[in-house]
Amino acid sequence: MAFLDVKDLQVYFPIKGGILNRTVDHIRAVDGVSFELEQGKTYGLVGESGSGKSTTGRAIIGLEDVTSGQVLFNGKDVTDKKAKTKDFRKDVQMIFQDPYSSLNPRKRVLDIVAEPLRNYEKLSKLEERKRVQELLDIVNVSSDSIFKYPHEFSGGQRQRIGIARAIALKPKLIIADEPVSALDVSVQAQVLNFLQEIQKELNLTYLFISHDLGVVKHMCDNISIMYKGRYVEQGSTKDIFENPQHIYTKRLIAAIPDIDPKNRERQFKFRQEIAKEYRESYDRYFDGNGLAFGLQSISSTHKVALPEKG
Amino acid sequence: MSNELLKIKNLKTSFRIDDEYYAAVDDVTLTLNKNEILGIVGESGSGKSALAFSIMRLHTRAKIEGEISLNNQNIVKMPKSKLNKIRGDEMAMIFQDPLTALNPLMPIGRQIEENLFLHNKKLGQQGRKKRTIELLNLVGIPRPERVYEQFPHELSGGMRQRVIIAIAIANDPELLIADEPTTALDVTIQAQILDLIQELKQKIHAGIILITHDLGVVAEMADRVAVMYAGQIVEIAPVDKLFANPLHPYTRSLLNSVPTEGQDRLHVIQGVVPTLKNLPRTGCRFAERIPWVDASHHEENPDLHEVEPGHFVRCTCYKHFYFPDNKEEQENGVS
Repeated sequence: MAFLDVKDLQVYFPIKGGILNRTVDHIRAVDGVSFELEQGKTYGLVGESGSGKSTTGRAIIGLEDVTSGQVLFNGKDVTDKKAKTKDFRKDVQMIFQDPYSSLNPRKRVLDIVAEPLRNYEKLSKLEERKRVQELLDIVNVSSDSIFKYPHEFSGGQRQRIGIARAIALKPKLIIADEPVSALDVSVQAQVLNFLQEIQKELNLTYLFISHDLGVVKHMCDNISIMYKGRYVEQGSTKDIFENPQHIYTKRLIAAIPDIDPKNRERQFKFRQEIAKEYRESYDRYFDGNGLAFGLQSISSTHKVALPEKG
Repeated sequence: MSNELLKIKNLKTSFRIDDEYYAAVDDVTLTLNKNEILGIVGESGSGKSALAFSIMRLHTRAKIEGEISLNNQNIVKMPKSKLNKIRGDEMAMIFQDPLTALNPLMPIGRQIEENLFLHNKKLGQQGRKKRTIELLNLVGIPRPERVYEQFPHELSGGMRQRVIIAIAIANDPELLIADEPTTALDVTIQAQILDLIQELKQKIHAGIILITHDLGVVAEMADRVAVMYAGQIVEIAPVDKLFANPLHPYTRSLLNSVPTEGQDRLHVIQGVVPTLKNLPRTGCRFAERIPWVDASHHEENPDLHEVEPGHFVRCTCYKHFYFPDNKEEQENGVS
């Protein structure tokens, strides 16, 4: 039994139109996505803006309504909003992208971090303060700052306060939606190191949503590449980076800027080759609507969206 | 004739906070040649955008001291009427955020024509339209005749950024400042925009200042790189030298904090970038973030030293710098 099992998840948003404002069509933000998560592992979800990666994360935690499909958490069906029990909401937490808008500017750090504790655990004022101080210690924010307000912190510190809030209830699964994309490289390094540390300490599982392949490569055990609501490729980090099969994956990897100026020429040529391949073989990889095909296994860990043979 | 396009000497841009001026750009000296891309890297708050805005004279309330000369005309002392003539013509800027840099109430075509109209009165209405379509083609926008009539909200982020580039290059500027031109974009579109900027360099032979926090982008694009920290340039070198042999502790720390192959832990720079008000104004500004380097190794008034032809480093502390988690380097001492 997988720790988290997502089966054929679909999230559609209605398009309203006409005089009566009836639903005329749907936007298929997530269009049949399946994956399994093992405990203690980091699972990367990569795609460009609009690919549906955030929607997938939000649908799992219950911030979007699921149109069809199933989400099983520890074997229990938690697809429906009503099925999301108190335990589920405690065990699954989220880290948001923007540390500037995800903390309430009118609350003190103490209140921000203590909010989940207040919702789920009955603690005395003193115990609560102690717990918050412990949490801030874990995320390396000096614990005498509990009476400060978010604007008094830098971006990295704020993101860590957001993490302290996410781990307050000792969750098992954290959905991290672009946790470092708003941060500078040096601060990004700090947050990434830190996420890895607490993962070991608390045996956390991450669903790591990002558009930055460099960061995903560094953090994740398994990666899925998403395009227009569907998966184009799924596999271990090694599969994806060393043996990419789908042209879209190749194109994404080719687009990462190389940090060594000596490789400039080579990288430029490589990118042009891939662009050429992309134009020439587009029909092989995408159907008439420009969508990816269903996934076919090519090894025990590696799946690629290819048309069925025959 | 020299190839020098832009020359900045001892530039100091200060902002007023509570009746006192604080320099966000402090003592910056650099030159940019024609047909050259100069990359400027640094974290947020390092003063790179403040520098770009100073060159364009876009700050409204800042005090600018020092010298900025473009083709031997001093921009710092230039009257506004003259400035308006060269801005958008001789020098132009690509702004960071494609979502806010365009006027949402004006069709794309008119936004580009506006710039042509202001600087090239000879071009008639027909000529302007022709040139606009040509520009849209140049920046790789499909179906330019249609986009000409469209409004910004009808275009995607990448397309909007291309429109902004089209506006910037409308009058073949000699100096093009690109302030984080791809930060808001997806990687595949980023690659396309960067290729486009390279092509433009070859076509219009402009000098380009590329401001970014992405070291990968700089490695791929720039001819020379300046690294900024706390308002100062701490290191400036040709791109291959900077990446092969980075010297300043800040440059090395930055490079070490990018995830690369076979790295377990990323390097973290201690402390935070000081705020404008709390900047140490004397001594090495990076000193407080590398406290394990003995104070005696820093200069009192650090200056840029030329280590190799074209490779400048500020302060002498780089000679004694090591990463504390790197035992080997620590024991061997540093050259």
